Amino acid sequence: MTRRLEETELDRTNLFRRRAFLLGGLQLAAFGALGARLYQLSILEGEEYRLLAEDNRLSLRFLAPLRGRILDFEGRELASNKRDFSIVVVPEQVDDLAQTLTELSRVVPISASQRELVLSRARRQRSFLPIKIKDNLPWEEFARFNAAAAYLPGVLPAAGTSRIYPHGSEAAHVLGYVGAVAQKDLTDDPVLSLPNFKIGKDGLERSYDTHLRGQAGTQRVEVNARGRMVREVAREEPATGAELRLTLDQRLQSYAAKRMGEESAGIVVMDVDSGEVRALVSTPAYDPNDFVDGISYTNWSALLADPRKPLINKALSGQYPPGSTFKMIVALAALEAGQITRETTHYCGGRFRLGNQRFHCWKRGGHGKLDLAGAIAQSCDVYFYEIAKELGQARIADMARRFGFGQRFDLPIPGEKTGLVPTPEWKKRARGVNWVGGDTINISIGQGALLATPLQLATMTSRLVNGGKAVTPKLVLAPTPEVQTQNEEVSAPLASPEHMETIKQAMIAVVNSKRGTARASALPKSLGQMGGKTGTAQVRRISEEERASGVLDNDVLAWRERDHALFVGFAPADTPRYAVAVLVQHGGGGSAVAAPVASDILREALSLDKARLQQAGLETPESGQSR
Amino acid sequence: MKASAMSLPGQPPALLQRVLSLNPVVILVVVLLAVIGTASLYSVADGSMRPWAFNHVLRFFVAFALMIGIALTPLKVWQLTAVPIYVAGLLLLLAVEFVGDVGGGGRRWIVLGPLRLQPSEFMKIGIVLVLAAYYHMLTIRQARTMTSLVVPVMLIALPCLLVVRQPDLGTTILVAASGVSVILLGGAPKRLFLGGLAAICAIVPLSWKYLLHDYQQARVMTFLNPQSDPLGAGYHIIQSKIAIGSGGVNGKGFLQGTQSHLNFLPEMHTDFIFTTIAEEHGLIGSLILLTLFLSYLAIGFVIALRCRSQYCRLVALGITMTIFFYVFINVGMVMGMLPVVGVPLPLISYGGSATLTLMAATGFLLNCDINRDLTLPKR
Repeated sequence: MTRRLEETELDRTNLFRRRAFLLGGLQLAAFGALGARLYQLSILEGEEYRLLAEDNRLSLRFLAPLRGRILDFEGRELASNKRDFSIVVVPEQVDDLAQTLTELSRVVPISASQRELVLSRARRQRSFLPIKIKDNLPWEEFARFNAAAAYLPGVLPAAGTSRIYPHGSEAAHVLGYVGAVAQKDLTDDPVLSLPNFKIGKDGLERSYDTHLRGQAGTQRVEVNARGRMVREVAREEPATGAELRLTLDQRLQSYAAKRMGEESAGIVVMDVDSGEVRALVSTPAYDPNDFVDGISYTNWSALLADPRKPLINKALSGQYPPGSTFKMIVALAALEAGQITRETTHYCGGRFRLGNQRFHCWKRGGHGKLDLAGAIAQSCDVYFYEIAKELGQARIADMARRFGFGQRFDLPIPGEKTGLVPTPEWKKRARGVNWVGGDTINISIGQGALLATPLQLATMTSRLVNGGKAVTPKLVLAPTPEVQTQNEEVSAPLASPEHMETIKQAMIAVVNSKRGTARASALPKSLGQMGGKTGTAQVRRISEEERASGVLDNDVLAWRERDHALFVGFAPADTPRYAVAVLVQHGGGGSAVAAPVASDILREALSLDKARLQQAGLETPESGQSR
Repeated sequence: MKASAMSLPGQPPALLQRVLSLNPVVILVVVLLAVIGTASLYSVADGSMRPWAFNHVLRFFVAFALMIGIALTPLKVWQLTAVPIYVAGLLLLLAVEFVGDVGGGGRRWIVLGPLRLQPSEFMKIGIVLVLAAYYHMLTIRQARTMTSLVVPVMLIALPCLLVVRQPDLGTTILVAASGVSVILLGGAPKRLFLGGLAAICAIVPLSWKYLLHDYQQARVMTFLNPQSDPLGAGYHIIQSKIAIGSGGVNGKGFLQGTQSHLNFLPEMHTDFIFTTIAEEHGLIGSLILLTLFLSYLAIGFVIALRCRSQYCRLVALGITMTIFFYVFINVGMVMGMLPVVGVPLPLISYGGSATLTLMAATGFLLNCDINRDLTLPKR
């Protein structure tokens, strides 16, 4: 029995052993599988996983470049960047956020709404992300905060940059402004996706945006699974945007802007030979600084509601009848056609008949007998009705186009308008009626359908007094656009020099003769003489009855119905350097309102030149030595 | 051999002899594992003893005392108390069902004053002890009958049903696998295992539908295709594989694991700690750790074969199998070979219950080794 027991015990042991070896083999096989899997992951696929781990670990961040500055022709800043001081808080570094804010408000004032904003953001976002408490701090506040910062752990100073326009609204319509990137602005430039990045939204800021923008820098940072930066691994600094140098003279621009104040006006000052625009002003203007961080709704609706349209660039988007400033073109067309000479006279009795239509001179009693210079100086309307009657619209339109009407010069500012040089074909097409003689008569004094921008008027004036060179306005010095000056040099004068001299002398007489319409606006003797032409463009139709009972004075009319005051001018008279065009919308009479402005601006331009010469005269010996 | 030669065969060794015959290799392996675990927990906490490494050491000392205690207790005691231990474990599991503490997505803990117990852990040993005691009583002929299987199946099924309800799939699998291993070693008919394999194949689809929770189903699904949900359920596996693969041969260096220290890996200090070791110490470090575990299993295998009593060898190899399943399932799942079922790596992962289980198991293993020459009566 024991024997049997031992035998069965032996069987049990043997069975156990067999099965133990089976399980042991199973264990070995399983561990072999684990080892094989380890080998597969770390050796065979190791490279791939290493890349994935790096990809996890490293995050590429873009660094915003500084935007290029915009300078005037002598390097004065028109648009620049300023250090922007702000205070941020990192919630995870703060024990009690509300308490910290209360303590901070003893040093730097914090509004209740700002406080609420910070607290609500802290509840929503990840606690290691900084929250801006206050930005655009004045320097004293920022300094005071820095002194107290040691007692406020987790509250940190931060410095960034933001766009600033040091001269405010004075060059607003040229510069435009920058603003936040909209969905439609996004391109493959990664810098656009950066928070707080600004791009040009209007003016040169918009048209030269890529030039000014610069190149994003990159920062390779190690991040953890939640995206928090652990440390910086590599860094490539961003490249500041290129500068943009304009032809503008900031001092002249500011002067002109201040001179107009809140009047609704457009002013262009040009170098008559190069076409470089020294001032391009539209008033009233907006302050582009208001747009940088997004303009408030009330400000924006106020700008929109203003009847003087501060958002419109009147210097090149405003189209106005040029009024009597157009008379030089009519006179030149007649001279060139051989229809008149400078001695040709006409008699002005204050009215003119064409068929059964009557046309009036602005001077009720008439001017009497006038030659061409006299007609321009006194701005007689009847003289030009007489010329135009025989000259015909085609010749007038041709001369107008030669001097820059009806075309765009493609300045790099959005919104430049073409104006309108009406022709019979245009009238048929646009209004469906035939051209009549009266249309030509209206055009001869710059009324009717004729429209021009102040930029075109300044260009016309430049071309009239620069010897007939087809100069075009330029606004940007550097980077230089495609060279296009060559054909200007080569091409023949726009009209015969003799005829243009006649016109120029007549324009000098406008300011300097006893009966000239702008005699009150002559330059001071020390700066020499200027020439010009007044214009008063009628906005409303004056009926016969009204004319009989006495034309209403501008002062009693509503602003919208008043005349536009215009003046085109140049100086110095003998060797013209600057041309100016002034338009004061609904300003009244050209001689009373626009001429004094133009005179002041030319005076300022010449004074600045004089000061520049003096300074150069002083510096020449020293600089001569050093070279 | 030295120690056992001093005692007469069939006689229980005296206390001093028992102390002297404590297997030094087993103790060395266990200590080395604990050191590796502590170092890893130190690294996972970004080079700090807090919050895990320090507690891990403390628990190890407590568990070590328990291990020695179990090892030195006369074998007779354990043989007699196998059933009471099993019943107590079952009652604790029942208690969890009603008053258990919820944590980590399941009701698994029972709180007794300062102690947080996970009764399902102790059942891993309990099942081995009770089945070993059962098969020790049977002759080989009895063991080969089908009727002899009724009791073991009941013994396994009861705790498994309770644990899977918690829900804790990992522990269920461990308890079942350990139990089945003992049945196999005890002499159950071979054809039964072929049949059982077929039965499992039939049960899997059914249990998928009726037994598994949504998150358990999701874990299995993501195991089959981790890329299907890279930020959701598959995140664990993908990030874990990246960590292991990027460690290469030599690893990134102690405390240098980017995946670990930049928090790409979740649950690093518990179930996924092997990932950190593989990332920081590479293929070499991982293989050293696996070799250490393999040595433990090899010693367990040798001890089991040296034992003269059926009870001892069943306990020794049953326990070895339990540890094997622990390691294989844990390492397999972090490497994406097995579904994520929530099994810690004993002595390495942070967690008191698993440490205590392994040390207690080792205590029983040592106990068997000490008493290997003892022949026990069937009753």
